[in-house]
Amino acid sequence: MVATRYKTAFQLYPYARVPAQGNAPVRHPVVIVGGGPVGLALALDLGQKGTPALVLDDHDGAGLGSKAICFAKRTLDIASRLGAGRQMVEKGVVWNVGKVFHADHKIFDFNLQPEVGHRNPAFINLQQPYFEKYLVDAINKAQTAGAPIEIRGRNCVTALENHGAYSTLTVETPDGPYQLEADYLIACDGARSPLRDMMGLSFDGRVFEDNFLIADVHMKADFPTERWFWFDPPFKDAGQSALLHKQPDDIWRIDFQLGWDIDREKELDPDRIRARVDAMLSSQAGHVPDYTLEWTSIYTFQCRRMAKFRHGNVIFAGDSAHQVSPFGARGANSGVQDADNLGWKLDLVLKGLADDSLLDTYAEEREHGADENILNSSRATDFMTPKSDLSKTFRNAVLELANKHAFARPLVNSGRLSVPCNYAGFALFGADALDGGPDLSAPGMTCPDAPHGDGFILDHLGGGFTLLALGCEAQDVVAHGLTAQALNIPAPSEALATRYLGEATRGIFLIRPDQHIVARWNDFDASETAAAIARAIGKAG
Amino acid sequence: MLNLTPNIPDPDGFYEELIRAHAGLSKEQSDAFNARLILTLANHIGDRAVLTQAFEAAK
Repeated sequence: MVATRYKTAFQLYPYARVPAQGNAPVRHPVVIVGGGPVGLALALDLGQKGTPALVLDDHDGAGLGSKAICFAKRTLDIASRLGAGRQMVEKGVVWNVGKVFHADHKIFDFNLQPEVGHRNPAFINLQQPYFEKYLVDAINKAQTAGAPIEIRGRNCVTALENHGAYSTLTVETPDGPYQLEADYLIACDGARSPLRDMMGLSFDGRVFEDNFLIADVHMKADFPTERWFWFDPPFKDAGQSALLHKQPDDIWRIDFQLGWDIDREKELDPDRIRARVDAMLSSQAGHVPDYTLEWTSIYTFQCRRMAKFRHGNVIFAGDSAHQVSPFGARGANSGVQDADNLGWKLDLVLKGLADDSLLDTYAEEREHGADENILNSSRATDFMTPKSDLSKTFRNAVLELANKHAFARPLVNSGRLSVPCNYAGFALFGADALDGGPDLSAPGMTCPDAPHGDGFILDHLGGGFTLLALGCEAQDVVAHGLTAQALNIPAPSEALATRYLGEATRGIFLIRPDQHIVARWNDFDASETAAAIARAIGKAG
Repeated sequence: MLNLTPNIPDPDGFYEELIRAHAGLSKEQSDAFNARLILTLANHIGDRAVLTQAFEAAK
């Protein structure tokens, strides 16, 4: 039997018996365990590159409930590369303005609206089940076009035998168990990762002693599409902080910070939750609007990560490898960046174009990303939940000063929102040799978006290696069996020139399949480019 | 570089003003005042290296 741990919002991949269930174990190059945002994005990326990917999920669709709601531009750019971005942005609630209150006073507001000339907005709010559904839609489309992706629903891994060069998995199904083998096993099975436990690996970090009550309510309200956050909310029983944020389908996310010593069962009583929500909404609307409670839960959180994301041929990605507080939207957004980083490396290794050691750089780069997220998340949490009287004294001093003086506002921390990871200085990155080049396009950074032709530059990057020539010309460069395709743009748009060239009039950029910039130069040089490609796939001498 | 040589022209006057600023405050109010004062001065200094040296010097 396969236990049902949660209800699904959408059934996306119903269980279907496969011939392998009655036969000897079949070996697969890549088995991904977990059909969440990370596993699905990775499968889609691999499949589109022609590398077979098998996803095993213990349910048959996207889980219902309160999970990720806030997706960052970087994630949307990755989804766009994979062919699922447009649906997400169309369904999602685009927001730019956030307001931070201390009791009755608005301390400040912020606007995330970046400069114009980007395909995707800074953030959208979208319930995670939709995010997963659009990835599965894209997978179905890719499968029709011949991409070797398979998703097996209600396939629950119950045992793992790691032989070093490959793993044997025992998989429980509604028709009983069967076994299969994986050259590479990718654990995208969430914060409670059963695979991590099966391997006896630890997951250490800090537990934050606080409880947050989530209430997703359905209502027609004319509140603006903004993120409202209160420290010491002025409405009754709201706890130490509160949040109001809009999602699609007239759903509003409300969050109350309740503290550590609470009676969970009592706080989850719908009448008690309604009293809290009534107080909050009436303080804003002047009356209690009609609403229904769609979803409620109480959560605590931790900031922690695995010491190593790679254990031989078993690789961890997303929440199974690292976990942060929700403030800053750094969970799903960093997980999708894991998939983005791992996909092309795994593809090259399986095609024999790169050595297995390239996968070590996945771990190095994404462990760095996780550290960055944990640092930001811990700092935000320490501000929101001061750990000592003194810490609280300073926190309150910041809030009081921020009411009166602009200088204190940058110290107010209700979550620092997810930004793309910068891999500057890591082994795969090369020369920063563009005179006058801006920080935005330095090696290690993700490619900035900018208008190009009828669309955007990011639409032309990724998939393989690209050699972008702005204001000059380059030719395709082949190294170690890989081609960096020249993309010559003799007359770049103004935004393209500003974001990539800065003060320079021309420049050459080597770009990885995950749209990170490897190296940049003043002029095209085939041998330097070839050396940078070698370095970027871990073949530097 | 953190200045650790005498730099306040009227030391006794400054000290008196500092103590007077706390007059009539409870311990809690005084702590809050000190916190606001530290943050205000730290922002004025602005230089992260100098602030780090000050944390060291105050130990």
